[in-house]
Amino acid sequence: MSLVSETDYGTPASRATEQVVLTIDGRAVTVPAGTSIMRAAMEAGIRVPKLCATDSVEAFGSCRLCLVEISGRAGTPASCTTPVAAGMVVSTQTEKLKKIRKGVMELYISDHPLDCLTCAANGDCELQDMAGAVGLREVRYGYEGESHTTQEKDESNPYFTFDPSKCIVCSRCVRACEEVQGTFALTIQGRGFDSKVSPGASSDDFLSSECVSCGACVQACPTATLSEKSLIEIGQPEHSVVTTCAYCGVGCSFKAEMRGEELVRMVPWTDGKANRGHSCVKGRFAWGYTHHKERILTPMIRETIDQPWREVSWDEAIGRVASEFRRLQDKYGRLAIGGITSSRCTNEETYVMQKLIRGGFGNNNVDTCARVCHSPTGFGLKQAFGTSAGTQDFDSVEHSDVILVIGANPTDAHPVFASRLKKRLRQGARLIVIDPRRIDLVRMPHVEADYHLPLRPGTNAAVMNALAHTIVTEGLANERFVREFCDRDAFEYWAAFVSEPQNSPESVGLVAGVDPEAIRGAARLYATGGNAAIYYGLGVTEHSQGTTTVMAIANLAMVTGNLGRPGVGVNPLRGQNNVQGACDMGSFPHELTGYRHISDDATREMFEKMWGRSLDAEPGLRIPNMFDAAIEGTFKGLYVQGEDILQSDPNTAHVVQALSALECVVVQDLFLNETANYAHVFLPGSTFLEKDGTFTNAERRINRVRRVMTPRSGMADWEITLAVAKAMGFEMPYRHPSEIMDEIAAVTPTFAGVSYDLLDKVGSVQWPCNAKAPLGTPIMHVGGFARGKGNFLITEYVPTDERTGPRFPLLLTTGRILSQYNVGAQTRRTDNVVWHDQDLLEIHPHDAEQRGVRDGDWVKLDSRTGSTSLRARITDRVAPGVVYTTFHHPETQANVVTTEFSDWATNCPEYKVTAVQVSPSNGPGDWQKEYAEQARRSRRIAAE
Amino acid sequence: MSSGKLVMMANQIGRFFVPQRGIDPAAAIATHLRKFWDPRMRAAIVAHLDGGGEGLDEAVRQAVLRLRDDRV
Repeated sequence: MSLVSETDYGTPASRATEQVVLTIDGRAVTVPAGTSIMRAAMEAGIRVPKLCATDSVEAFGSCRLCLVEISGRAGTPASCTTPVAAGMVVSTQTEKLKKIRKGVMELYISDHPLDCLTCAANGDCELQDMAGAVGLREVRYGYEGESHTTQEKDESNPYFTFDPSKCIVCSRCVRACEEVQGTFALTIQGRGFDSKVSPGASSDDFLSSECVSCGACVQACPTATLSEKSLIEIGQPEHSVVTTCAYCGVGCSFKAEMRGEELVRMVPWTDGKANRGHSCVKGRFAWGYTHHKERILTPMIRETIDQPWREVSWDEAIGRVASEFRRLQDKYGRLAIGGITSSRCTNEETYVMQKLIRGGFGNNNVDTCARVCHSPTGFGLKQAFGTSAGTQDFDSVEHSDVILVIGANPTDAHPVFASRLKKRLRQGARLIVIDPRRIDLVRMPHVEADYHLPLRPGTNAAVMNALAHTIVTEGLANERFVREFCDRDAFEYWAAFVSEPQNSPESVGLVAGVDPEAIRGAARLYATGGNAAIYYGLGVTEHSQGTTTVMAIANLAMVTGNLGRPGVGVNPLRGQNNVQGACDMGSFPHELTGYRHISDDATREMFEKMWGRSLDAEPGLRIPNMFDAAIEGTFKGLYVQGEDILQSDPNTAHVVQALSALECVVVQDLFLNETANYAHVFLPGSTFLEKDGTFTNAERRINRVRRVMTPRSGMADWEITLAVAKAMGFEMPYRHPSEIMDEIAAVTPTFAGVSYDLLDKVGSVQWPCNAKAPLGTPIMHVGGFARGKGNFLITEYVPTDERTGPRFPLLLTTGRILSQYNVGAQTRRTDNVVWHDQDLLEIHPHDAEQRGVRDGDWVKLDSRTGSTSLRARITDRVAPGVVYTTFHHPETQANVVTTEFSDWATNCPEYKVTAVQVSPSNGPGDWQKEYAEQARRSRRIAAE
Repeated sequence: MSSGKLVMMANQIGRFFVPQRGIDPAAAIATHLRKFWDPRMRAAIVAHLDGGGEGLDEAVRQAVLRLRDDRV
C-alpha cells in the first residue's frame, strides 16, 4: 500500500474548447486555450518550481519561483499567470532562471525556522521540496536579523494549528477560503514585512473568527503553517485509501491517510466528483467518534429494560435475537416483527437488511429513516417524472443562471455543495431563497439573494402555486417544452388550476405572509433568467403537504422547460449520506429495489427465485405505523440498524410508549443511543472506516466506502445481519460486499452495470448505469421523461391541521447546524461541540420582549404534544411568530414537542410546523430530568 | 389502530386526489390505500366504515367501500 498521489497542476484547468500548440523545453504540447504555461508544462510532465500556485485556486503570481523564459519576449514572466499562445516557445530551466529561483528561495529560507527534522510537515513540505529543486545550498544572509520565526502559534481551533513562524505569506490559505470555501474569513493583514495571515479582525483567533473549519486552508498550505493536530501528534501517513464520507448527502470523497491501522487525517480527494477536492468540518475533522470511550464493542443483552446490560458473545447475542423473533412470530403471528435500516448504512447493508426481513421474517415490515426525511421526494418525483431521484449532478450548478433554494440551508446542512453554489453566485448567477428563516445564503460575503420569500411555515405549496400562477398568467410558460415533452391534458388541467384567483400572489401573500410583488418578481426571474435550477431540502418534505410541494416544484421545472440539460433541474439535497441509496435498495415496505412495487408479480417472482423464499405481496408497516401497531399490540419485535428513532422521530412520548410496548428491541449501533434505552439486545456496529460498501449520494452517485481498519467490534454491519439471518434459517452466503452489489445489479435494472470493478476503475457512477448508459447518467430526462410524458399534477394548498391559537401562538420549525449532524450521535462525540454544545431556541426580539425573555435565558417550549426547556437566542433571522431550534442533543429532545401530523402520501412527519408557546423557565423541565435519570439507569453495564 | 388517526390520514389522501382532473378520485384513493397501507391498517379503516364511517369524507368513504369489496 502507498499514498494515493495526486498531481497538482498549479492552476485550474481551462474550459476552452479551442486547442493551442506550443513548445516547452523542446517538446510540443497541446492544451486548451487559456491554460497557464505552468499547467501546460505539468500536463507534459515538466514540473516548474512553485510555491504560491496550486490548482484549487486561481493563479496569483506572488512567489516569483515559477518564472520562465519565452522566446521573443522580454523578462521572466511567471508561468502561473501567463497563458499559453500558439507557437510559443518556452524554457523552464535556464541559467538565468536558476539564479533567480535560488535567490528567491534563499530569501524565503532566511526567514524560516530550520527545524525540518522535528517539523510536522517533514517529508510533505513544498518549501522543503523547492529548496531541493532549486539546489539551495547556503543562505548568505544569516539568521540573526529581524524575522517572523518567533511568532506564537494559534492553537484555538480544535483540529488544526496556525504557526505563523512558518508562514511564507503565499496567500494560498486566504485564496482557498475565498475561492474554494467562499467564507472570506482569512485575510492578509499589514503591508510589506508586517504582512501576516489573519483570521478576521486582529482581536480574533481562528476559533473566534468566521472560519468554518472546512480545512481548505490547511489543505492549501505548502508548509507546516496550517497543520492538522492529528498529523502533528501522529506523524506523516504511510498509506492512504480513497473512501466516502459518512455524513451528509453530498457524499464527499476523501483519502483516509493512515499509519498502519491508525487514521492520521482525512483529506478531500481532488478527483472526487461530488466534492471536487473540498470538504467541511464534519467530514474533514469530525471522525474522532470512531475511538470515543463510549463506543460499545461487545454484544449485550438483558431480559428487561430496567436491568443493567450484560456483555455476551456474538453467538449468544445473535442466538437471542433469533430465538426472540421466532418466539414472537409463533405467539403473535408472522407480521408481529420488523426492522428499520438507516441512511447511514451502506447500500449493501440496507439490501441485506430488507432481504432478511422480506425473506427471513416473511413480511414486508421494513422501513428506513428516509421515511422521516425524503420519502415525499421519491413519491412526488416518480409521479411527475417517472424516477424517484434528483435530475442533475452537482457539477450542473456551474451552468446555472438562476438558483432557487427552498426549504434548505446548504451552508449548514450541505456545506461542500454550498461552496460550489456560492462560487456560481459570485460568478453572477441570481438567487431566490424561499425559507421562513433568513438563512446565511440570503446575505453573506459576496452573495445576496435577489428575492427572499420568508413564508409562514406550512405554506410551501401555496407559494409554489403562486409562482406558477405568475408564470402561466403572464405568458412565461415554455410552450415548446410542454408541447414536446409533457402530457398535454395534464398541463391544461394544471394551467387552469394555477390560474385560479386563490393561487394568485395577492391571495397567497395573505396566507403565507409574503409580499405578492416579491412572489411575482421571483417567478419572473425563475422563468426568464436563463438556466434555472431548484434545490430543496427537508423544509419542503417534512410537511403534511411535503409530497404536494415536491410535485409543485416538478410542475415549475416542467412549465419553464428547466429539465434535461446542465444548469437546471430539480435537486433534492438529501439529509444523510445514503438517503438515496437506502430508498434505491428496497428498504421501503411497499417496494423492492429500483422502486418496484411488492405487489408486482413478475418482480416478486424474480426475487423469490433469486432468494429461494416466497415473499408477501402485501405492503408492510411504515415507521409511524410500526409505533401505532406496537401500542395497539399487534407489533412486538423490532430490529433497528444504525438509527436512533427515539431522538429523531416526532412526539417522543409516543415513541417511548411504542418502544416500551415491544417485547424485543434489537439495536445495532456504535453507541448506546437513546433508542437503546428501550432495547433488549445491543449489537455493536462498525463505522464507515471499518467496512466495505457503497453510498449513493443526492446526485445518484454510487461511491465506494473502503475499509481502512479492522472492525473494532469484530464484525462489519453486513456480517452481523447475515449472522442474524443465518440464525433464523435464512443463509446469505456472501463473502464480501462486492458480491452483495453483484446481486443488486442482477435484480435491479438501474444498477445493472454497477460492480466494484467498475467503481474501482472509474471512481463513481450515477444510476441508471446499465447497457444503455455503461458509465452512468449524470443528467436525467434528456430528450424526454423516464415515465414518457411529464405529468403535471394539481397541487391544491391544504393548510395543515396543526394550528396556532391563543395557547400556542408561535410556529416552531426545526433544522440543523453546520458542526452537528442529525441526532448528534457521531458529532457530539467529537470536538465539534466547541461550536455547538446545546440546542438553542431562536426567537425574534419582538416575541422575546413580549415574554420577558433575554438572550441566553432558559425558556420553556410547550406544544400540544409536550414540553422541553432550552436556552434562548434572540435573533431577527426568524420572523415574528416563528421560532426555530435544532435537534442534535438528547438533553433537549426537540421532538418532545413535535407532532404526529405527517405527509399525506408517505407519512413523513411534519417536523417543520408545530404550534408552540414560549415562556421563561428556570432550567430543564421535569420531563428532561426524569428522562436523564431513566437514560442513566438504562445504560448501566453489569460488571463481569 | 386508532380509527381517528386512520380517518385523518385517509381524508388527507382524499384531499389530494379529489381535485385531480381526469381521474376517478375514489379509485385513486383506494389504490393508494391498497399500495401503501399495511393489511391491518386497511382492515381497521374498513371496520371503521362498517361501524358507520364517522368522519370519512365522501370520496374516501367510496374508496374504503371499494377496499372492503376488494374492487381495487
